[in-house]
Amino acid sequence: MSESPIVPSFDSPGSEGRKLAIICSKGNLDMAYPGLILANAALGEGVETHLFFTFWGFDIINKATMADLKFSFVGNTAMHLPGHSGLGIHHMLGALPGATAGATAFMKKQIADLDVPEVPEFLDLLSGSGCHMWACKMSADMNHLTMDDLYEGVEAIISASDFIEKTEGAQLLFI
Amino acid sequence: MPTTTIAGHEVEVNDEGFLTKPEQWTEDLAPELAKLIGLELTEDHWSLIRFLRSDFAAQGETATLRRVSAQSGTPVKQIFALFPAKPAKKLAYVSGLPKPKGCV
Repeated sequence: MSESPIVPSFDSPGSEGRKLAIICSKGNLDMAYPGLILANAALGEGVETHLFFTFWGFDIINKATMADLKFSFVGNTAMHLPGHSGLGIHHMLGALPGATAGATAFMKKQIADLDVPEVPEFLDLLSGSGCHMWACKMSADMNHLTMDDLYEGVEAIISASDFIEKTEGAQLLFI
Repeated sequence: MPTTTIAGHEVEVNDEGFLTKPEQWTEDLAPELAKLIGLELTEDHWSLIRFLRSDFAAQGETATLRRVSAQSGTPVKQIFALFPAKPAKKLAYVSGLPKPKGCV
């Protein structure tokens, strides 16, 4: 029996000031989730987290598209039926009419079955957890979008250099 | 598994200090566990602790932050205010439960 209780080191000095920056550059459903999930995990560990949405990643925070991201298996040679890793599906079958809609509906169901929220609600979760969300200026200009078009948790439309400045010392992920 | 004494109760803990036997947790242990991690429990803390305990009893695993928020109707922001920086783990610790395993 130990004298003083063993206590988890929740506030270990080593993690003090840790920052994570994630650049979300893709707008496919299956490419949106990794960034959101990792951001959520980091926030839950007390890590200051910044997301930078750029190029197709803009669709994740564009109010017109964020609830309607799609999953296509064209070009994904690793595609197989869920739970049947040995049974490949030829990725070009994904080009058939309706394949993307079907694959998207299926993936959304799998995600919902795990009690993981859809993209807009996921953004609410991140926002409530104190996530910093930034939109890329060049992407906004290319798409003729302003702050009014974007998810309300986005703090500002900023340039790439501003993002680099804000995330000084951060660990960085490009997705 | 090491044992340790908290508030006069001998409990089994893992090498991080989390209780390994949820049934060894009692309500009078919670304020002591909270004190060890620098928290003082209010009624708002207690409602989350009670939710986590009953959800664990029903589900067999510790609820994630998102589940705690969605099922108890408590905004995530408020959970962060009550259990700062690492809310899911701190809540689990005070509740005598394992760390949540889910990703979201």
